Amino acid sequence: MATYNLIASQVVGSGGASSVTFSSIPNTYTDLKVVASTQQTGAATTASLNLTLNGSSSGFTYRALQGSGSGASSINGSTGYWGQGDAASATANTFGNAEFYLPNYTSSNYKSISADTVDENNIAAAYAQFTALLWSNTAAITSVSLVSGNGNWAQYSTFYLYGIKNS
Amino acid sequence: MADVIEVNCETGEVTTRPQTDEEIAAAKAAAAQAEADAKAKADADAAIAKAKASAQAKLTALGLTADEVAALVG
Repeated sequence: MATYNLIASQVVGSGGASSVTFSSIPNTYTDLKVVASTQQTGAATTASLNLTLNGSSSGFTYRALQGSGSGASSINGSTGYWGQGDAASATANTFGNAEFYLPNYTSSNYKSISADTVDENNIAAAYAQFTALLWSNTAAITSVSLVSGNGNWAQYSTFYLYGIKNS
Repeated sequence: MADVIEVNCETGEVTTRPQTDEEIAAAKAAAAQAEADAKAKADADAAIAKAKASAQAKLTALGLTADEVAALVG
């Protein structure tokens, strides 16, 4: 039976933070999972969630399927984009939910990530997304940085890093 | 200037430091990307809405009732 172990977590303090990095990730698991509850300080209702791996922001490609509340569509690009979250103009005191799964993070193959994210927003347009992200790099992953797309991570944004293994 | 938070998963140590010039530049690039992403979303949604309206008009012109159009195009 697979087991989930909390490797580390972080709650953003009163000053906000531009990014949260989990470094020196142990190589003793098979997969990683990040679970986040976020709000960003940029003046918008929604803002992108981005990541870098091992400090690198290159080698990424993504495809996201999204529903906005009024339509469904897909977008693609070549950044470490993994979805949408709440920003400062979203409904007050709400945070978006987001998580991604990163299997075989120590392998010498390219790394695939699957993410699902939702805005929590009481207006006409609020995005729910499924994103497939590929990092075309064969290095074992030792650090994951969660980077705000618009402004900073607001206070009380939370990030949890889990390791998964078959024992 | 916002801090960068780093959590060392081996030691549990949490450090905060100001952004480097490189990180500030990366943040600006990320903000530009966010704008582009938002525009891409809006464009994609607008294109779908336009196609839907066009389909509804064409179906109506073919003689379908409003209920029948709604059943097909929502």
